[in-house]
Amino acid sequence: MAAAASPARELTQNPLQKTWEPYDNGLPAGHSAQRGVCMTNCPTLIVMVGLPARGKTYISKKLTRYLNWIGVPTKEFNVGQYRRDLVKKYKSFEFFLPDNEEGLKIRKQCALAALNDVRQYLSEENGHVAVFDATNTTRERRETIYKFGEENGYKTFFVESVCVDPEVIAANIVQVKLGSPDYVDCSNDEATEDFMKRIECYKNSYETLDENLDKDLSYIKIMDVGRSYLVNRVMDHIQSRIVYYLMNIHVTPRSIYLCRHGESELNLKGRIGGDPGLSVRGKEFAKSLAQFINEQNIKDLKVWTSQMKRTIQTAEALGVPYEQWKVLNEIDAGVCEEMTYEEIQENYPLEFALRDQDKYRYRYPKGESYEDLVQRLEPVIMELERQENVLVICHQAVMRCLLAYFLDKPAEQLPYLKCPLHTVLKLTPVAYGCKVESIFLNVEAVNTHRDKPENVDISRPPEEALRTVPAHQ
Amino acid sequence: MAAAASPARELTQNPLQKTWEPYDNGLPAGHSAQRGVCMTNCPTLIVMVGLPARGKTYISKKLTRYLNWIGVPTKEFNVGQYRRDLVKKYKSFEFFLPDNEEGLKIRKQCALAALNDVRQYLSEENGHVAVFDATNTTRERRETIYKFGEENGYKTFFVESVCVDPEVIAANIVQVKLGSPDYVDCSNDEATEDFMKRIECYKNSYETLDENLDKDLSYIKIMDVGRSYLVNRVMDHIQSRIVYYLMNIHVTPRSIYLCRHGESELNLKGRIGGDPGLSVRGKEFAKSLAQFINEQNIKDLKVWTSQMKRTIQTAEALGVPYEQWKVLNEIDAGVCEEMTYEEIQENYPLEFALRDQDKYRYRYPKGESYEDLVQRLEPVIMELERQENVLVICHQAVMRCLLAYFLDKPAEQLPYLKCPLHTVLKLTPVAYGCKVESIFLNVEAVNTHRDKPEVLMLMPLSMAVVPC
Repeated sequence: MAAAASPARELTQNPLQKTWEPYDNGLPAGHSAQRGVCMTNCPTLIVMVGLPARGKTYISKKLTRYLNWIGVPTKEFNVGQYRRDLVKKYKSFEFFLPDNEEGLKIRKQCALAALNDVRQYLSEENGHVAVFDATNTTRERRETIYKFGEENGYKTFFVESVCVDPEVIAANIVQVKLGSPDYVDCSNDEATEDFMKRIECYKNSYETLDENLDKDLSYIKIMDVGRSYLVNRVMDHIQSRIVYYLMNIHVTPRSIYLCRHGESELNLKGRIGGDPGLSVRGKEFAKSLAQFINEQNIKDLKVWTSQMKRTIQTAEALGVPYEQWKVLNEIDAGVCEEMTYEEIQENYPLEFALRDQDKYRYRYPKGESYEDLVQRLEPVIMELERQENVLVICHQAVMRCLLAYFLDKPAEQLPYLKCPLHTVLKLTPVAYGCKVESIFLNVEAVNTHRDKPENVDISRPPEEALRTVPAHQ
Repeated sequence: MAAAASPARELTQNPLQKTWEPYDNGLPAGHSAQRGVCMTNCPTLIVMVGLPARGKTYISKKLTRYLNWIGVPTKEFNVGQYRRDLVKKYKSFEFFLPDNEEGLKIRKQCALAALNDVRQYLSEENGHVAVFDATNTTRERRETIYKFGEENGYKTFFVESVCVDPEVIAANIVQVKLGSPDYVDCSNDEATEDFMKRIECYKNSYETLDENLDKDLSYIKIMDVGRSYLVNRVMDHIQSRIVYYLMNIHVTPRSIYLCRHGESELNLKGRIGGDPGLSVRGKEFAKSLAQFINEQNIKDLKVWTSQMKRTIQTAEALGVPYEQWKVLNEIDAGVCEEMTYEEIQENYPLEFALRDQDKYRYRYPKGESYEDLVQRLEPVIMELERQENVLVICHQAVMRCLLAYFLDKPAEQLPYLKCPLHTVLKLTPVAYGCKVESIFLNVEAVNTHRDKPEVLMLMPLSMAVVPC
């Protein structure tokens, strides 16, 4: 490894993210990578494998959502969707019979169309990970895909879901197949009967990933909805993270409750951050929360707070054990801690404008950005996936990050998600996503939500910067 | 779940850790747990499984070191060590013959003695995890241990290492068996020959963990030094973390280089923290570092820095790509940022004293503690385990934390580890531990190490309680 003989380059600090970057003759130079949550060198192609109704699409969508949230551009490609776009009307399982020449031709065409879009996403659109969601149940089909990956310089990682439990399969059919566009004109019984025959079409030619025959491939085989896993040849960091994630998710029904601390003394004054206690109304909210939780009659509820006084005070009112997480602390506003927005505008007008220009990536001087928050919250998300019923009492920015994960909101929207005080969001996984119920606990509080103003220019007059600041004392 | 009807308890802030804790009539109350890196509800018994020379002790020691570093009290119990303590002199492999009644009796006795110590550690000494390191190659032996776990309320997790590659086994023997106390009076050839026969003693009765017969057990089976893994019934958070760790470690030879940024402008003034640039000597160090790295001729070296100017400036001099990690930033000294120790003593004498009382757990007001640092550095350690040759250019407190992980230093010693400026530590895994080479790059710098003072400004913490 040769060391460059040239003099050390100048460093300048990016005004938005506060990161130090090298400049060469006034131009940004290479060699300095910011480590996001993880770096991917070459694109990764994840290939799902398994009979119908084994959770492939569930896993694809969930994994895609997780990777995007931690900052790895990921997209899923569902071959069944390509088929629905091509063959307007689904008739019956006979389309999938192994000797249906017409069907086979169309299905191969769809797979190739999807792979072409994968190539475009990974090689032309800066995608890092593509999830190829299809049955891919024959070794021959997987070979074709693997070759495609090799030709394009992608690392291929297979994710197989194997399940023989008839109850699980029946439940899957109810959850996600009965409502499929394929069965929009059928009764539930008709749909179930047809789908079971569809599964049969694949069984004879199904070649599961084999410890010997496929020993040179990189893959994880998930058995019985996560009871056991076979993991082979994990090649790099992103594959290791994917395996860890897949081994921590489960499908047991449960709900996640998200809320903020009760209104704080600083909230009342329109000041951000700090470590204040609850206001009178905030204490009332805590009592209302206790009543609400009691009425919900939740089995084995875990309660988590941050290490800031206001969330702990809120949890105290519940009278049950709770766990304090430092990583759930509110975003650190650095030099702007405990200021009002008016004071920030007055003392740091440039900072205030930069924040409005890119609220997700903006880092407070000596503080944090939403992007930083996501990185520090990742262990919370991982543990939330492991757990069942959990109540998380946290803070505005933190709650926005967690909510964006569950509701698959992109980075641009995340910092503007509405998370008002004294309102509990109940999230319940359903089908491929999350049902949200918003419950306002009927104790008034200030509004702390500041919308993005129209004028985000650094030269804007103060009134335009402050137009969207909510009312306070 | 019944909600208590009693009024909310008062919260007071622990003056050392700055954490808010509930008080009931002036006494600390329950119900509020601080989440360390992970919480274990009931103790965990990890049981190693595998023929000799399959890496069981290597894994045991490494896993124990990792768990202790992240704050989970863990201890390993090596049954071979119990045997060496009981049978003073090892004669030959014949001790391990399956029909050697005397040998079997002693070995069983040792296993039971070890299990008894496990019970004492987990049930009486607040241990969270015990690693039971023995071959445990028969289903019968594993059943005995599992029952022991159940009786005592422990969760049992098996870790099996399976390997048939003769090269790997031969390398293991060279690395850790030839130097064993058992073979202190033998030549290498004699030792190897005896050990190979020792392995044979176990083979006939070896019952590997089976997908069907052992389907109700929680375990990970590691095959071919990590090429593949079979994971069954992970029950809780700590088991999930253990599996993740085991799946990220490797045995490929490599070195890890740790150093601090070059001397900074604030270092010169005796000020802590901040985001200063390098001093003149700091810049010289950066050049020396570039030369040193060049001379080391390291294959595929990765270079990591923090996101603070002084580490990045140092890396810039190397002229190679580097990755910036925010989690490698120096400990946040909160309100004490950019102060000298004299100024801290003058403005925050209580804080200064508390820090000396428990430097590991002490959290600066609006800042961090070493304990916090360890939690935020865990992903760095995980990635260091995955990587091969890496140079980490970081900061004093950060480097102390990383060093403590590699050298298995406990929390009390960690904040006082010596990590001087302009000195590279080269860590190379060897046998069960880590070889350290310290290389001073011959550019003078100030000393930033502050020892624990002999006379502490002692006061009971109760006197320092800050009312809320």
